[in-house]
Amino acid sequence: MTFIALGYADLVIASLLLLFSGALSIFLKLGLERQIGLAALRMVIQLMLIGMVLKFLFQMVSPLWTGVAAAIMIGLAGREIMARQKRKFTGWWTYGLGTSSLMIACTIVTVLALTTQIRPDPWFDPRFALPILGMILGNTMNGVSIGLERLLSSAVDGRTVIEARLALGHDRTQAMKPLIRDSIRAGLINIINAMSAAGVISLPGMMTGQILAGVDPTEAVKYQILILFLIAGSTALGTLSAVMFAARRLTDSRHRLRLDRLGPIRP
Amino acid sequence: MLSIRNLSGNRIGPIDLKLAGGDVAAISGPSGAGKSLFLRAIADLDPNDGNVLLDGDDRAGIPAPEWRRRVSYVAAETGWWAERVGDHFQDKRAAIQMLELIGLGESALDWSIPRLSTGEKQRLGLARSMIGKPRVLLLDEPTSALDTDNRNLIEHLLDECRSAGTSIIIVTHDVEQAERLKARTYRLEAGKLQAAP
Repeated sequence: MTFIALGYADLVIASLLLLFSGALSIFLKLGLERQIGLAALRMVIQLMLIGMVLKFLFQMVSPLWTGVAAAIMIGLAGREIMARQKRKFTGWWTYGLGTSSLMIACTIVTVLALTTQIRPDPWFDPRFALPILGMILGNTMNGVSIGLERLLSSAVDGRTVIEARLALGHDRTQAMKPLIRDSIRAGLINIINAMSAAGVISLPGMMTGQILAGVDPTEAVKYQILILFLIAGSTALGTLSAVMFAARRLTDSRHRLRLDRLGPIRP
Repeated sequence: MLSIRNLSGNRIGPIDLKLAGGDVAAISGPSGAGKSLFLRAIADLDPNDGNVLLDGDDRAGIPAPEWRRRVSYVAAETGWWAERVGDHFQDKRAAIQMLELIGLGESALDWSIPRLSTGEKQRLGLARSMIGKPRVLLLDEPTSALDTDNRNLIEHLLDECRSAGTSIIIVTHDVEQAERLKARTYRLEAGKLQAAP
């Protein structure tokens, strides 16, 4: 099998579908045509730019530039986590917690995969390092974001219960344990579902991409299994650390619930 | 002996108060004056400054969970984390004895929490705190949702605790209740505590 290259005319034809959606929105007075158009434009510009950036990075094969790109990706993912929270810690805590959890989890898992399983030469080769990091990062970001959101909102809603336990002499770990457990579970549910559905209900994107690029399906499947293991490991590690750190920040050394460390609720 | 010196925190203080074993202090005051915040500060549930000592032991030197087992705060509306009443008590035998004292039988252990009335929750919340035999009880309107019979039952139980040497600080708007509990009365306004006239 060979790789079939796409021309710009092919993309124009595909974009007709989008025009159809926009027309439908105007016809049905949904008011979505502007949003659809802007999102599509943003997607095209972002992907074209990243295509050029990746081409530059792949040519450089520099540990410095690869590191800079990875740091920017992690920083932006941390910002996205913060933006998704309805409740946030005051100051930079939410950004710090989200970003540091992502950094710890994604760096450990990506470096592990590059040095022990995929083993490109050099190990930091951006052609391997950045796509692997990107896939792991996107999924871990979702887990961390959902886990933090669940923890912070349920601490506010469950204040009476937590404080009843603290007042009875339970320590902060005992009082927060059910919330921590629920939050970690919520953060992991997407990757658990993705693994359960893989190959039966859905054909995962990476595997499909490799098959379209001409790779033998059994080889593509091996890569997909590896990636799902990496994503699951990183999501678990990232969500666990973010939720545990956040639970610590929500309480203090005198085992008090510190909701005063949260900012106002975002509408 | 509970000794409170210069206790201050969010919207309260500085407050000084001394209670010997078996003393009862009844606190009244307008809504928002800081009555609940005062009780929470003694229990160390909110950040606060000042010294609180129990039998000469400074609170600062005692781990917070241990302090709260000795100085137990019962909120006006307390929380429940499990499905059944019995799941909130570790010592089932002691729980049964306590349930009898608050006018509920052993069967209450199997009751589902969402089906409890406000008054039942109030009595059970008090029982849950008293079972550990704290040295000080901090009670925030503990009988506000009770009918006369059950209120008398709880007051009788508190009187027994008082006779056994437990100090009690109770927030109540009921002047007669303060008299029945032989309490010293205080008024808390704008975060400041004063002996009631």
